[in-house]
Amino acid sequence: MGLKIIVLAKQVPDTRNVGKDAMKADGTVNRAALPAIFNPEDLNALEQALRLKEKYKGTTITLLTMGPGRAADIIREGLFRGADDGYLLTDRAFAGSDTLATSYALACAIRKIKSFDLIIAGRQAIDGDTAQVGPQVAEKLNLPQVTYAEEVLKAEKGKIQIKRRLERGVETVESPLPCVITVNSSAAPCRPRAAKLLMKYKHARTMSERQTQAEDYIDMSADRPYLNIQEWSVNDVETDSKWLGLSGSPTKVKTIENVVFQAKESKVLTSSDKDIEELIKELIVNHTIG
Amino acid sequence: MNNVFVICEMDEGKVADVSLELLTKGRTLANTLNCKLEAIVLGHKLKGVETQIFPFGADVVHIGDDPRLDPYTTLPHAAIVNGVFGELKPQIGLLGATTMGRDLGPRVSSALVSGLTADCTALEIGDHEDKKAGKVYKNLLYQIRPAFGGNIVATIINPDCRPQMATVREGVMKKEIYDPNYKGVVRLIDVNAYLKDEHLVVKVIERHMEKSRVNIKNSSIIVSGGYGMGSKENFQVLYDLAEVIGAEVGASRAAVDAGYADHDRQVGQTGITVRPKLYIACGISGQIQHTAGMEESSMVIAINNDPGAPINKIADYVITGDVMEIIPKMIKYYKKNSK
Repeated sequence: MGLKIIVLAKQVPDTRNVGKDAMKADGTVNRAALPAIFNPEDLNALEQALRLKEKYKGTTITLLTMGPGRAADIIREGLFRGADDGYLLTDRAFAGSDTLATSYALACAIRKIKSFDLIIAGRQAIDGDTAQVGPQVAEKLNLPQVTYAEEVLKAEKGKIQIKRRLERGVETVESPLPCVITVNSSAAPCRPRAAKLLMKYKHARTMSERQTQAEDYIDMSADRPYLNIQEWSVNDVETDSKWLGLSGSPTKVKTIENVVFQAKESKVLTSSDKDIEELIKELIVNHTIG
Repeated sequence: MNNVFVICEMDEGKVADVSLELLTKGRTLANTLNCKLEAIVLGHKLKGVETQIFPFGADVVHIGDDPRLDPYTTLPHAAIVNGVFGELKPQIGLLGATTMGRDLGPRVSSALVSGLTADCTALEIGDHEDKKAGKVYKNLLYQIRPAFGGNIVATIINPDCRPQMATVREGVMKKEIYDPNYKGVVRLIDVNAYLKDEHLVVKVIERHMEKSRVNIKNSSIIVSGGYGMGSKENFQVLYDLAEVIGAEVGASRAAVDAGYADHDRQVGQTGITVRPKLYIACGISGQIQHTAGMEESSMVIAINNDPGAPINKIADYVITGDVMEIIPKMIKYYKKNSK
């Protein structure tokens, strides 16, 4: 029996590789200077979905992402690796969302997708590190949640078994389907793009992207509907505007400070034998070590 | 009503350190706000648990004791916390940023439509003026945390929604007995009033817990490596030095992400906060994500080939050069000079 899986993914700035131009003079983050990537743990989530697709014939994987137009890159990346289709939820109305408003919007989109057995997401995104959206989506949809998943063991007869990685050990849990799973970075890494799929989906575009293509772009989506990445605005999903964006976000950012280190008076040493030996002697004499 | 609540977590029959740290912080917040500190403990065989909690200044301990609450699963815990919070309307709700707290917190905050800030490094009370709405909010919880991979520090507030919720990692706050003879009251939670069959659908089939192998938090000397170590193999020199001088090995997030060290060695905002006597930072650039977890070390030695590395600014000793050359020298001269 095939499963209908929705994978939640986010396009994030690559905060792991922050260069010197990452901060603007006014102390705000220069997003343009940071490459936008597929959130790493969402790739771990996609891999778990792909494994289920291999194991259970007829399984389909739908990607869902919320973000600006360029987040369509995430959907394409997922298609290249084996997802079947994807939705981009994009609208100014979603701007300024905290985790709760994000979860609400995603839950509304999932309700519109309607038919699914399993929702898989990464544990957390590297730009916020909150790990809140997965459980909050589960709560909004009134589904059980299994966080910190490392491996989906099996999904049969309406039940799923999952190995969880906790601080000090592992735990195997069983949940009825449908449910929401969030996957750790300790899970199997995602497979690379498949050459065949890259060829197949290279020209997959959202409606907005198609409208802004160069003149020599040939739109083949009429004959090949799989090249159409679904784009949903706030009007395409049923929402209550009071739960969206800034107004739907209980948390507000009061201040943001650039990180300034209070410089200590430090003693600068070289790597010479003399410097190192003197330091070690000093540490021994003042009982810091030994 | 409107008190400060800490959701406590049990660790092998004892209240977890992170919960006691939060109780200590919660007591300070409650004193500032002139309100009470209350604790919630859920689990099984909790008889007498309140005696571990009262010395930290809790005025009320709510205990939910039921076999269905151990081991932890999300839905039963969430149902009870939602129920208790719904009735008692806390102004602040704190949880440890553990796998439990980070699983339960968002579920509860979503159900109650309250804001939640993850992995705070500081909690303070302060006012906020919303100039646009012409409104002044008194005594809000400032939830302070590094964001964006540690490149900025954000102060988050929840002006309108209650409770104001936050998670904090172990070791970030200090654990301090408030008054060894402090007496509060126990309130037993009627678990059956909240727990329905539908909350019991997720079952724990198997569980293997092990004692933590790594004891970074309580180590007085830490030798820590960053992405600049270059490889997992190069990390071996840190273990060698640690062995010789009686230290524990830590790692930065970048090093853990790169697979150079295990996650349980990670020092920093999303790892462990440490306050050792000596912290030797090797090949660590010093993003705030990392320094937030070690800046209270009594002494810091930074070894880095980049003389401009931010870590150097908080170091007492800066050694500029190749880690792989310097560490063996440290081992050699320690052996030579110690008895």
